[in-house]
Amino acid sequence: MREITLSQAVNEAIAEEMRRDPTTFILGEDVAEAGTPFKVLSGLVEEFGTERVIDTPISEPGFLGIAVGAAMTGARPIVDLMFGDFLYLVMDQLCNQAAKQQYMSGGKLSVPMVVRTNLGATRRSGAQHSQSLHALVAHIPGLKIAMPSSAYEAKGLMKTAIRDNNPVVIFEDKLMYQDKAPVPEEEYLIPFGEANIKRKGTDITLIGTSSMVQVAEAAAKILEAEGISAEVIDPRTIVPLDEETLLKSVRKTSRAIVIDEGHQSYGITGEIASRLNEKAFYHLDAPVLRMGAMDVPIPFSPVLEDLTVPTPEGVAENARRLCAGEMIHAA
Amino acid sequence: MTSKTKTKAGTKAKTSQSLSKDEYIRMYTQMVRIRSFEDNANQLYLSAKMPGLTHMYSGEEAVAVGICEALKDSDRITSTHRGHGHCVAKGANYNEMFCELLGKKEGYCRGKGGSMHIADQSHGNLGANAIVGGSMGMATGSALRSKLLKKDDVTVCFFGDGATAQGLLYEVMNMAALWHLPVIYACENNGYSEYTKTEEIAAGSITARAEAFGIEAFQVDGQDVLAVNELSRKLVERCRNNEGPFFIELLTYRYHGHHVGDINREYYRSKQEEADWKENRDPIIRFRGWLVEQGHATEEEIEAMNKEIKEEAKKAVAYAEAAPYPDTSEVDMHVYAETDPATLRVGG
Repeated sequence: MREITLSQAVNEAIAEEMRRDPTTFILGEDVAEAGTPFKVLSGLVEEFGTERVIDTPISEPGFLGIAVGAAMTGARPIVDLMFGDFLYLVMDQLCNQAAKQQYMSGGKLSVPMVVRTNLGATRRSGAQHSQSLHALVAHIPGLKIAMPSSAYEAKGLMKTAIRDNNPVVIFEDKLMYQDKAPVPEEEYLIPFGEANIKRKGTDITLIGTSSMVQVAEAAAKILEAEGISAEVIDPRTIVPLDEETLLKSVRKTSRAIVIDEGHQSYGITGEIASRLNEKAFYHLDAPVLRMGAMDVPIPFSPVLEDLTVPTPEGVAENARRLCAGEMIHAA
Repeated sequence: MTSKTKTKAGTKAKTSQSLSKDEYIRMYTQMVRIRSFEDNANQLYLSAKMPGLTHMYSGEEAVAVGICEALKDSDRITSTHRGHGHCVAKGANYNEMFCELLGKKEGYCRGKGGSMHIADQSHGNLGANAIVGGSMGMATGSALRSKLLKKDDVTVCFFGDGATAQGLLYEVMNMAALWHLPVIYACENNGYSEYTKTEEIAAGSITARAEAFGIEAFQVDGQDVLAVNELSRKLVERCRNNEGPFFIELLTYRYHGHHVGDINREYYRSKQEEADWKENRDPIIRFRGWLVEQGHATEEEIEAMNKEIKEEAKKAVAYAEAAPYPDTSEVDMHVYAETDPATLRVGG
């Protein structure tokens, strides 16, 4: 199968959907001729014109609000939010307006809108361009949250997001834009709420989101050499969450680590761990561990920044201790 | 290049294109229907029959009616926390409105919205909004959609003077002006931003802010339904001809407090001031006088209309009081919209 980058996969997904549905359009900062700072959207303005690939001023709440109104009245906007860190700027429009229209109207208004943004540290971008803020929006009923872990997922999830009748926030890892993965030439979509078992295993379940799937896979390789069989699962969407697949795996392995790049406290790792504890308690041989980003603003200096995110070695070390029974009475 | 035309406040409009008698009568009855709705809503609050609280539109009727009577059914509006007037003016029914106010299943939002989110969505009302200035993006986006999909509908964004302090307004006016969008920003200046005089929260001129973006801005007497309607008709037509956006500042007054519970308000405005607006500038009394003077209706006919509307409101209140609440199973319905599974398949 051909291999393309995550960036090309996103571009293909959007182009295919824009050809399919003339009400779909993109708006955001420098999305047209510039194709975004990461060049993800390069070439789209040439095919679809400036009417459907719209450069906006640097006014995130303004253009996100505009997308909400366009979505409510019959269009399907794709909002490009250049950095996930800018979510703080659009919280009212996204969480008070987009997320609640369907409910507040008793099901009469809908907001079929995609916000594509990013996450991920270790790009040496400092505290305001490195955050992974998906937990903020995952907390809000009415939003769906997709987290592609490779080019394959990025394309299939984006196509589903564009066709979904709800506001969907997609977080791409900005360090993965140039990472290649096999992506079929033929059309495909990835349904929301279906986790992907990336690797089968029997001793421990490693649940990773976005680039933490790669971290989990690398950890699984380390562990394999030591005779520990790790199962790696990618939920692909955290809202909706495929709880069944996660529970089934944990009931089998009796141990789990949840790995995510958001801050560990009050985050995705805690939510997933808690669900596993509530619903698979008697199957567990050890506490479910959380591994998130450190609870510090992301520092600039490489020697500091690299310490803040989970690593394969760190995951493997925790897995080893869980499997050895060392952490049963860790508290 | 700023183009600026201001109509002077307080002048009775000389309608360039006269409307039919029926259209004038409809403007009158729509204003009375708003007043009557609010009188009953206030009573429901005072008698503790309405959950929560509400923000009365009484006194501002000529604004909503003057503008909405210039719109087609396919045109859109966005509304505010003080939204009952816009809702009635854009074509809503009493029964569903009172049901919504009381949290009943037959309400426009199945009881999930309440006073601050009330809207008859089937007539282009994109919802009342409880965040001050929260719908400015939405209105502008509706206009962008109209332009992109080559439709001819226009969107009116209602907001109060208090909302001019929100930064979102300036972001979206900038884009609306850059992209020539068919949107009209209708600023209902009732003189008070909650419990504070507008002059204490707004520096300089409100219309000048729109003009800074090259948006033509107008100031009009919001107590004169004919003046509001005439200006609105012109601007709506110009929006359809791709000449938008526009900005209107409508000088008006709210008879009640910021909300129904804001009873003692002499610390921010005098009873004398309130009496002056009610007695000398009431939009319904003024228009009623004009209708009689012009021979469009007799005093008796007007009294009969008033009585009929009061009866209609009374019946609707009784209907809503007797109507069922939503089933408790509805609490987690409508969090997400359905998506047809067929569209989520390859080739879908």
